Parts: sequence; C-alpha cells; structure tokens
Amino acid sequence: MSTAQAVKIGIAEMEVVIAPNVIRTCGLGSCVGVVIYDAGKAVAGMAHVMLPHSSMARGGVINAAKYADTAVEALVQLVMAAGGRKGMLKAKLAGGAQMFSFSAVGGDMMRIGARNVEEVKKQLERLHIPVVAEDVGGHSGRTIEFNPQTGVLSIRTAAQEIKEI
Amino acid sequence: MDDIRNLTGMHIDILREIGNIGAGNAATALSTLLNKKIEMAVPRVQIATFAEMMESIGGPEQIVACVYLRIEGEAPGNMFFVLPPEQAERFVRRMIGDDSFSFQGEAHELGCSALQELGNILAGSYLSALADFTRLNLHPSVPALAVDMIGAVLSFGLLELSRVGDYAILIDTAIYDERRPDESINGHFFLLPDPESFSTIFRALGVDGL
Repeated sequence: MSTAQAVKIGIAEMEVVIAPNVIRTCGLGSCVGVVIYDAGKAVAGMAHVMLPHSSMARGGVINAAKYADTAVEALVQLVMAAGGRKGMLKAKLAGGAQMFSFSAVGGDMMRIGARNVEEVKKQLERLHIPVVAEDVGGHSGRTIEFNPQTGVLSIRTAAQEIKEI
Repeated sequence: MDDIRNLTGMHIDILREIGNIGAGNAATALSTLLNKKIEMAVPRVQIATFAEMMESIGGPEQIVACVYLRIEGEAPGNMFFVLPPEQAERFVRRMIGDDSFSFQGEAHELGCSALQELGNILAGSYLSALADFTRLNLHPSVPALAVDMIGAVLSFGLLELSRVGDYAILIDTAIYDERRPDESINGHFFLLPDPESFSTIFRALGVDGL
C-alpha cells in the first residue's frame, strides 16, 4: 500500500487506475464525474464530463472525455483494457449541479448539469451498466475520489462533511 | 478562434490591453465605492488547456466568492469577479455597515445582494471601458453569485469555448489594496470571450482576425 497513488484527472479528461491506486477529480460544478469499475478486479475508470452530447461540438477533433455520449463508451473501453470484465461493470456518478441560479443565462446552458446527468445515464443504460450510487444535482461544487479496492466514492463539498456512496 | 495557434504577439498584446483598460476602470470604481486606493497588476493573458488554467489560478478546489455575468451584445462572453471569501466578507461588511456579516450559517440576503451589486458595478465598468475602446455594443446580464470551489464556478464560463476546442484564452487581471501588499491577490477579473468574439474584437480594433 505504500506505493498507492492518487491519480488526478482534470476537466474533460479521463483515466483508469488499478488498486491500490485511487482516482480523483476536483471542482465538479455542472460537470459530471462518471466512475465505471469492476469491483472483482479492483479496476476503475473516471471521466470528468463537461457537455451532454458530441453533436454540440463545432468542428475540430472530438475529445471523447468531454461529452457524455462519447465518454461513457470510451471509458468502458479503457476499463476493459485494464482488466475490467464486461458483465461485471458498475457505475457511480456525482456532479451535475446548477451553480448559478438566474434566468439571464440562456435556458439551454442553465440546465447543462441536469442534461449531463441524463445523457450519462442514457449511455450507461444502453451499455447495460447499472448505476449503483449517485450524488447529483443541487447547487454545490464537488470533489470526488474513488477507491477501486473498496468501491467507495467519497464526495466533498465546500460546506458539508465528506459523504461516501 | 478556429486555430488558436494563429494568435500572434500582437493579438496577445490587444487582449492584455483589454484587461488593462477594463480592470483599470473597474479598480477606479471600486476605489470610489470603498473610498480607498486600489492597485492593479499587469494583466495576464493565458492560453492553456482547461485543466492547466484551473491549476494556474490556484487549483480547482479553492473556495472563492464569485460574481458571474454573461456578456451580451456584439462580442458575447463570460466575466467573473473572484475574491477570497474573507475578502468578500470584508467588502460586504463595509458596504452594509454590519460587522457580523459572514457567508457561514444563515443566508444573509442583504449581504449577498450587496456583493452581487458590487460585482455588477465592477463588471459594468470593466465592460463599458471595453465597449468604449472597441466601439462594440456590449452589455452585462443580471449578476449571479456563488461561494464555492473555483473549478465548479469557472467551468460554467468554459462551456461555449469547449464546444470549439480544448483550450481557453483567459484574460486575468488582479487588483489589490495598496496598503496591504502582503495580501498580494485580493481580487481577480476573469474575462472569457466566446470563440467567435475574438475575431470581432480584433476586427473592431483594426487588426486581422484569426
């Protein structure tokens, strides 16, 4: 355990870890942190998703980790390449908050958190991966850390105590 | 902003000048409002990935008081006025004459609207200077307030940019109280123009776009 590392991913990034390493991402607002893991193999992938759909992209190369519709599938590939087994995958989610509550921002972007969550769930359902726990919505930013050894997702917000799901 | 690599030194200079003019005007407004001298640092124009940008402003987990406005008009974008929460509390106490104000505990409606108004005045003066300089029609939305992790609030301003690429151009100007230089960073203005707005701004100033 002495060599355990905390792998950190940034906004619109994804990565996979194997126990004893843990994986974390900081400052999720309307973004969603998706964890896909195989508990038996103690392997987990995490993506920090920004936008619901890659159809929102305007040209250029698509960064799969940025969009919910592309991130979930790419993350499954990563986890399986690291030893995860297809039928054994489970998911946990956190994020998708609405940080600002005013109507001046275009309605479309205002609901972006909720739309991110919806699309992530839709993709997980399509791939038959159950969502076993989630902490989504609300108005607070979150920092999350997943431990593939225990399968626990720890969630920290600015005001509240650490929550484990 | 089809290709960010086409940005030349001159483009960067223009963006820096925008930060200079905008925040300069805002610092003057703040100085008048609080009746004390406010200094301004040389603006920083940063082109970085979203993750790099978050790290460069102290890491995404840092708790800040943040007033956010959407810029509407000919060069739309996002503006954030960001302060350490203790600093924001001091400003608010001074504005409402209530030394007990705090973001902790019960929601304090008057205090929060005072901070919102402060952000409104400052962002309004930043924008009007920018509009005068570029002769573009720009106006701010109603301000919104959040006290939370900087990554969580600032990422909202990256959504439009993220549809085009994985880089942000951030115009960051720090302001601080002259008599407390030890607290080197008291407040930041972050201007994040939408992707299309860069060409509009450059053209308005007689420079070829990107």
